[in-house]
Amino acid sequence: MTRKRRRLVLIGSSLGVLALAAVLVLSALKDSIVFFNSPTDVVEKKVPPGSRIRLGGLVKPGTLQRGDQLAVRFEVTDGNRAIAVSYQGILPDLFREGQGVIAEGMLDTDGGFKADSVLAKHDENYMPKEVADALKKQGHWKDDTGKKK
Amino acid sequence: MIAEIGHYALVLALGLALIQSVVPMAGARLRDDTLMGVAGPTALAQFAFVAVSFAALTACYVGSDFSVTNVFENSHSTMPLIYKFTSVWGNHEGSMLLWVLILSLFGALVAAFGTNLPATLKANVLAVQSWIAAAFYLFILMTSNPFLRLPQTPFEGRDLNPILQDLGLAIHPPLLYLGYVGFSISFSFAIAALVEGRIDAAWARWVRPWTLAAWMCLTLGIAMGSYWAYYELGWGGFWFWDPVENASLMPWLAGTALLHSAVVMEKRNALKVWTILLAILTFSLSLIGTFLVRSGVLTSVHTFASDPTRGVFILMILVLFIGGALALYAWRAPALKQGGLFAPISREGALIFNNLFLTAACATVFVGTLYPLALEALTGENISVGAPFFNLTFGPLFVPLLLVVPIGPLMPWKRGDLLGVAQRLIGAAAFALIVIAATFAAIGGGPVLAPFGIGLAAFVMAGAVTDFIERTGLLRVPFAVALTRARGLPRSAFGTMLAHSGLGLSALGIVCASTWGVEQIVSLKPNASVSLRSYDLTFDGMVTRQGPNYSETIAKFTVRQDGIVIGTMEPAKRTFPARQSSTTEAALLTRGASQLYLSLGDPNDDGSITVRLYHKPLVLLIWLGAVVMFLGGGLSLSDRRLRIGAPKPAARPALQPAE
Repeated sequence: MTRKRRRLVLIGSSLGVLALAAVLVLSALKDSIVFFNSPTDVVEKKVPPGSRIRLGGLVKPGTLQRGDQLAVRFEVTDGNRAIAVSYQGILPDLFREGQGVIAEGMLDTDGGFKADSVLAKHDENYMPKEVADALKKQGHWKDDTGKKK
Repeated sequence: MIAEIGHYALVLALGLALIQSVVPMAGARLRDDTLMGVAGPTALAQFAFVAVSFAALTACYVGSDFSVTNVFENSHSTMPLIYKFTSVWGNHEGSMLLWVLILSLFGALVAAFGTNLPATLKANVLAVQSWIAAAFYLFILMTSNPFLRLPQTPFEGRDLNPILQDLGLAIHPPLLYLGYVGFSISFSFAIAALVEGRIDAAWARWVRPWTLAAWMCLTLGIAMGSYWAYYELGWGGFWFWDPVENASLMPWLAGTALLHSAVVMEKRNALKVWTILLAILTFSLSLIGTFLVRSGVLTSVHTFASDPTRGVFILMILVLFIGGALALYAWRAPALKQGGLFAPISREGALIFNNLFLTAACATVFVGTLYPLALEALTGENISVGAPFFNLTFGPLFVPLLLVVPIGPLMPWKRGDLLGVAQRLIGAAAFALIVIAATFAAIGGGPVLAPFGIGLAAFVMAGAVTDFIERTGLLRVPFAVALTRARGLPRSAFGTMLAHSGLGLSALGIVCASTWGVEQIVSLKPNASVSLRSYDLTFDGMVTRQGPNYSETIAKFTVRQDGIVIGTMEPAKRTFPARQSSTTEAALLTRGASQLYLSLGDPNDDGSITVRLYHKPLVLLIWLGAVVMFLGGGLSLSDRRLRIGAPKPAARPALQPAE
């Protein structure tokens, strides 16, 4: 096999693998990305029920209710709008009323949000970045610590 | 006083690094031995000064000197001694200091053990290494100085983030950094080769052991991190495709490719230009990983603080080094001489296949990790790319890779015979088919892909065994002959077999744990039982205990199998008053390679507790496989011909067993 043909085979197969990777990436990106929305976004953008989103904001104080079979309900607010979230399972360690949270799931037809996973912040200094940005947009951001940030 | 010594030592290290980054390179240009000779002693001294600096910070932590801001923010006087040590790198500033400590350590190792490197190559390598070091010393001194004092000494520290107070954390970052930063040596070698405009098989011989050592540490570091996340975060998952995890996976994938292409270069003097590019890319990905984790663009457990000046500074380092290296590559690489010829079906071909798929897989991870960041920067839209994306892209690219793993080592160099290799692999393939059939029979329906996954893992492992049988002639020749042949085999051959079977083990663990792992969430009152698979767990009641810097509530469980008590499990919730936060301590019960996993949820008003219970079949194989890969790498590294600072090629005795 000549050097030229060898190089052709090499370049051909590289392009083939790259094309395969590109096709995989594009098709996966179409189906499996999830958009982040604040409660205001949900209302203003009219997010359709049934599409997967991440909902982020603060857990509205006084709204956490626990039901049977580990069912929980709480409201997520960005100070402007609030959306009722229902979830079944164990809440993360740092889930607390009045603090940042991200819920992933979909809206149901009556405007509530059914979450299948709930993420809370990791420690006292940390607020999910998306939540902080969303709160800043609504003008409700207070730099509570004033340090390190 | 101690903090000031540390600070001063770091400034001196920066001064030395600046000298080392200019003088030896000028010496190499001018062929001046005196100037080139500067590199060795400065590299050693640099390491000594950074070590003093690191020791000073450690002393501040151990002595709980809360007048140092960094100690105040991340330590507490009641914290156990071991965590006072580990919290040195459990924060942004300290972990960057660890980063440069390891960087200067590698520089010092090259200076000390690279005695038989050509003088100009050594001078250039150490100079390039010093460019990186100088950039990061500047970064620490200007944006992340761990030695700054508070105007008034507080009485008590703020404590280390509780989830970082764990033994897994003690080992995970140093190992990971040894890997990340270890690739800087391959990078420096690549740049030095481009500067000199000369590269040959001997170059690969020098680079390979360093790459191998870095790769081993990275493998173990990633596995440790994954195990830590598994038991500490309480979600029972071993890999989350979190951007920070991806940041460590990308250099691993590129480094694995580099390891294999360096073999081609060393043995066949081919793929030179590509190997240089891979060396640059691997360390670039390590730098990108550092940027992602340290700049605060991502939010995760690892983001200790987000300060925009830091992000911009690291981004500048990134642009400078990656951009500069690639520009140099584009300029000088075409001048490098082309290597030997080979047919597509050959050992070289198989290794190219490996490189193609590894880099393609790496590219998909790269896209998945950075696309959300790019999209946010461009459109302001906030998205998350999670596990489904990576399963859809990474999975299909890794399957062909695993299929070829057994074929590669059986293929001869230069020109191979696919049919002959297939014949030799018939045993392994038959074994894999039997495993697939047996799995189907055992589970009777259920997920279709999983048995094939297990079969694939079995094929990879059986392939490693086949390689051994083929090389020694076992089963064909008398046992004594085979034994002698096995003794004559180079250790790197055994290293390959071991590492490949480790890959198979990990794959087996991943398939089994993710397919047949079961989860159950229940509320239990005292003395109530729950059963999962063949295990019955009885909740015996709650106790509270006081730890050194936390208080914990423990739920006691007795585990029975077929009515016989096989152990107790004590999941707990720890509350750390200093940070007013709590952690979940999962309880693990190991049966063979499988584990029962119990994590505690919220207490309910009626006196019952909520627990999350998992059974994870063969989950330990995931990390065991990584350990086996590490050992395989170690065996290869101990090979006489691959020792760090490897001997000159001419010194090789003529009668080496053919490979």
